[in-house]
Amino acid sequence: MTTKGEFYQRDREWQPPALTPDYKTSVARSPQYSLISLQNSVSEITGPVFGHNDIDPIDNDLILNYAKPGESPIGERIIVHGRVLDENGRPIPNTLVEAWQANAGGRYRHKKDTYLAPIDPNFGGCGRTVTDENGYYIFRTIKPGAYPWRNWVNNWRPAHIHMSIFGTAFTQRLITQCYFEGDPLIDKCPIVKTIPCQQGRDSLVAALDLNATIPLDTIAYKFDIVLRGRRSTVFENRLEGN
Amino acid sequence: MVQKLDYLKETPSQTAGPYVHIGLAPGAAGFDIYRQELGWDITGPNAKGERIRVEGLVIDGTGSPVKDVLLEAWQANSEGNYAHPEGGGDVEDGFRGWGRVITDFETGEWAFETVKPGRTQGRNVGLQAPHINLWVVARGINVGLNTRLYFEDEAEANAEDPVLNIIEWERRRATLIAKRSERDGQIVYRFDIKLQGQDETVFFDI
Repeated sequence: MTTKGEFYQRDREWQPPALTPDYKTSVARSPQYSLISLQNSVSEITGPVFGHNDIDPIDNDLILNYAKPGESPIGERIIVHGRVLDENGRPIPNTLVEAWQANAGGRYRHKKDTYLAPIDPNFGGCGRTVTDENGYYIFRTIKPGAYPWRNWVNNWRPAHIHMSIFGTAFTQRLITQCYFEGDPLIDKCPIVKTIPCQQGRDSLVAALDLNATIPLDTIAYKFDIVLRGRRSTVFENRLEGN
Repeated sequence: MVQKLDYLKETPSQTAGPYVHIGLAPGAAGFDIYRQELGWDITGPNAKGERIRVEGLVIDGTGSPVKDVLLEAWQANSEGNYAHPEGGGDVEDGFRGWGRVITDFETGEWAFETVKPGRTQGRNVGLQAPHINLWVVARGINVGLNTRLYFEDEAEANAEDPVLNIIEWERRRATLIAKRSERDGQIVYRFDIKLQGQDETVFFDI
């Protein structure tokens, strides 16, 4: 009998390490001791379940979800879409994807953001959706602007959308950032460069997807997300204590 | 050369950044957008078991409270079942077992109300002690940190917990034990998380 077991271990040489001094805030917020490695128990292979009742259909449309009736935010109208897959290449259906971002001028709607670029009265900056049966998700939004941050004196974040993904297990929980093809700030960003290898950094860059654009209306970018895969083998053993 | 394995690589993690609230707790960022925000009610109205409050600080390597943290909690119900198809058994109607809290911007204090979880099946033989799985993200944290909160008044179960017992340094196990007290008739567990340095909290690679 084939049973599902543990998740593949996270590749910590592929993921950013905790201590990345060029991203200064990580220096005092990175553990010094090693992580304790845990084989998965029921506490790790389970995770919260969400459904369409938890959210509204408009939640994935950032052009509409905070706009006054008849108005819309200023900026480049884009679709960001893709699939949530596991490391085996299988789609992950019915999983919650949340997104947040700055407006077209690089200003966040957050009481702690004091950047002088103005708030857009028709743009909130957050969205959420649940993947369909094929693991597919879609957001409509405006392309965020770059913004400055206090790290080195003259650091600018590339345009990016933050993404939060659940998967089916607490061990798959992931927050990441989606960047945009061709942005020259990507290679200069200390947060991007927390990721050790170039191939890993490239995997966070959404590709321009002309096939998914809506002509004369909205341009599109494709951003696939991969969560940890799971063993499925006759040799998986003893997960439930036998 | 050998054949190429065709597994995909996990998407790399990035910090949640200082404005994580916009996406995951927009009310705290200062605006109202969704019909309902997710994660504020861990147990639902029908949960059985002991009602508790869990609170604490997240403290950085300089000893300062971190004021832009978001924590997520994942726990079983009072009978030790997770609200998941592989979670061990049934849970009360409305019990999700998952919650999300942020720290106060001024003080760094966070808190959530829930029920005390029951014991869950261990990986091999035996039971795990009651615990709440926690995931910590913030500006300056590149990959979310996983830890577990155990309960001071479960000494017997804690002593035989398979996870606590793989921590080689017994002194470090104490960093995972929440302290119980009573305040205005409410049971309160205190759980400070120290990211770095003296008495650094144990974090897990799950």
